[in-house]
Amino acid sequence: MSGIPHDHYEPKSNAEKWLHRRLPIVSLMYDTLMIPTPKNLNWMWIWGIVLTVCLVMQIVTGIILVMHYTPHVDMAFASVEHIMRNVNGGWAIRYIHQNGASLFFIAVYLHIFRGLYYGSYKAPREITWIIGMLIYLMMMGTAFMGYVLPWGQMSFWGATVITGLFGAIPFVGDAIQTWLLGGPAVDNATLNRFLSLHYLLPFVILGLVILHIWAFHTTGNNNPTGVEVRRTSKKDAEADTLPFWPYFVIKDLFALAVIMAAFFAIVGFMPNFLGHPDNYIEANPLVTPAFIVPEWYFLPFYAILRAFDGEVWLVILVDFLTAGIVDAKFFGVLAMFGAIVVMALAPWLDTSSVRSGRYRPMFKWWFWIFIVNFFVLMWAGAMPAEGIYPYIALVGSAYWFAYFLVILPLLGVIEKPLAQPATIEEDFNAHYGKTGGQGGATAPTPAE
Amino acid sequence: MLRKLIINTAMAAVLALSSGVAFAAGGERYVENYAFPHEGPFGRFDQTQLQRGLQVYTQVCAACHGLRYVPLRTLSDEGGPGLSEEEVRAYIEQNYIEVYDAELQDWRAATPNDHFPQSSMENAPDLSLMTKARAGFTGPYGLALNPLFKGMGGSEYVASLLTHYTGSEKEEFGAILYGNETYGGYFAMSPPLWDGAVEYGDGTEATVEQMALDVASFLTWTAEPKLMARKQMGFTAVLMLSLLAVLLYLSNKRLWAPVKARAKGYPAE
Repeated sequence: MSGIPHDHYEPKSNAEKWLHRRLPIVSLMYDTLMIPTPKNLNWMWIWGIVLTVCLVMQIVTGIILVMHYTPHVDMAFASVEHIMRNVNGGWAIRYIHQNGASLFFIAVYLHIFRGLYYGSYKAPREITWIIGMLIYLMMMGTAFMGYVLPWGQMSFWGATVITGLFGAIPFVGDAIQTWLLGGPAVDNATLNRFLSLHYLLPFVILGLVILHIWAFHTTGNNNPTGVEVRRTSKKDAEADTLPFWPYFVIKDLFALAVIMAAFFAIVGFMPNFLGHPDNYIEANPLVTPAFIVPEWYFLPFYAILRAFDGEVWLVILVDFLTAGIVDAKFFGVLAMFGAIVVMALAPWLDTSSVRSGRYRPMFKWWFWIFIVNFFVLMWAGAMPAEGIYPYIALVGSAYWFAYFLVILPLLGVIEKPLAQPATIEEDFNAHYGKTGGQGGATAPTPAE
Repeated sequence: MLRKLIINTAMAAVLALSSGVAFAAGGERYVENYAFPHEGPFGRFDQTQLQRGLQVYTQVCAACHGLRYVPLRTLSDEGGPGLSEEEVRAYIEQNYIEVYDAELQDWRAATPNDHFPQSSMENAPDLSLMTKARAGFTGPYGLALNPLFKGMGGSEYVASLLTHYTGSEKEEFGAILYGNETYGGYFAMSPPLWDGAVEYGDGTEATVEQMALDVASFLTWTAEPKLMARKQMGFTAVLMLSLLAVLLYLSNKRLWAPVKARAKGYPAE
């Protein structure tokens, strides 16, 4: 794979040869594990492993939780308390699962931001990027439905608000909403189908993850310079790369151990910090919570959804032009999903021939504003939709779209990129080698 | 345009901070930042306090409020009030705890495997999870640092609620409502505690604040009965993973050393 010249698996014993002729599974595993990996990868390239571990952790804890959970509106909340009190280690499994979702999203955001900064989405890795975006969408769906299962107040009202978004679609909205909910409102049918899909989607994600890995193993990893591994000869390739095992496996495992230590500190000492107190109140269709707030990882998109209210001139204009078909509510829904669509289109919107943000002096600024803006949106999403907050959310949403639709296309034309190293080997040696007399000798790790 | 954006972002940041402070200072609900022995990573329940809290719950709160998710037998679980099994049975007997048995189609005396009764008044909420269903002191300055280091703080909410009646009353639809700073308005529960409302067996003076703290602590246990085991696991996990991280760091360093040596132009070992 990857078109990078390297040693392939050769079956040696007769048993290996026998198997290899019939099913080359050892060869597949060997080539996957020994894939030549750019040796200058920095610490932002660890999130893939973290995400894989998250997925496995969520599936394993989830399977156990389902054994003790009852998907019925009268019993779901009590069955979660049963897990917390009577099931051996149930509290640990549930808190790991609950906070595991947060770790999953922290990792996926950092993974996406890394891709955006180092241009990992650019040719020839567009398919990897698109599959990644699909995984991200599936994750959001899975997390949302999982949050409904404990049947707390936020579960119920979150489900009501989010499925209500589909009701905003013109003409067919009400029908779609009823179809999603299995009835006119969030009820037992909703809870049952959400459990079914919450159990199914992780396995779809697992399949997509395999495609995601297959895709970037075909193109080879990107790296902090964005310069491709030399494929001219095996010697050149070996100067640029190291096999994934053991060099990157050990490095990733070290990072994973640090992250898991922090994760278990949260699970052990403050497992409810990222949750909402209202979700420890059983769902009650007759009492609406004062503020309905989604989980933190949805907040930036929740802010975008709410930013486009009926007072924004663009919304009024679109409403007028479409004769009221695209009203403020539907506009918000389009904006929220559009925010992810424009991100998925980044490979075609970014016109720069230089991949890595490291060699793009203007891009860097816009990128970091994008990151700050992400947190501003997250914060605006947590605030009530009144006073100054919708304005802030609107500015933030505008920047989100401008970044992908205006800034990325324009920068490629007006920006003068810096000189890039000719090879990955050159970059690696410049970092760890003698040049400059510092940096390399003292830095113990391949971080930037 | 860049300048404008930077200014906008800076403005947003300043607004974020200032409004956060204003929100904390002028908030409608007041939650006293009480200290509890179970707060923070090293916090543990005080067993005698849990027992006093159980007494306050039983003699005062239980008149209206239930604990429907809490099995009676857990009173003798590790990390809880630590009653013996005989004491649990005696507790059930002394308090005439009964449950409705669907098979008998009648009420019968509870066994340790049954749960505490439900609320006997329809508008009195169940207290099993109350300390997790309410946010506590979210300061300082609304930065939520307190919940970060000390836990969600619902215990503070419960204790504050019981100690921060304003003393004012009003009548609405024929019912008397009582003003409460922590609730942030008026509600139907009259001040349930007064000095000496219960008589503690261990000689602790039963002031309103003492009883409020005790029952808040007890209700923290009912909401999070595995709190001590959880913190224990947290320490073990963090310790073992840190150790693993150190070992992996050293392995990684050693693994990469020859590669980095080659980068410096030295021959590999």
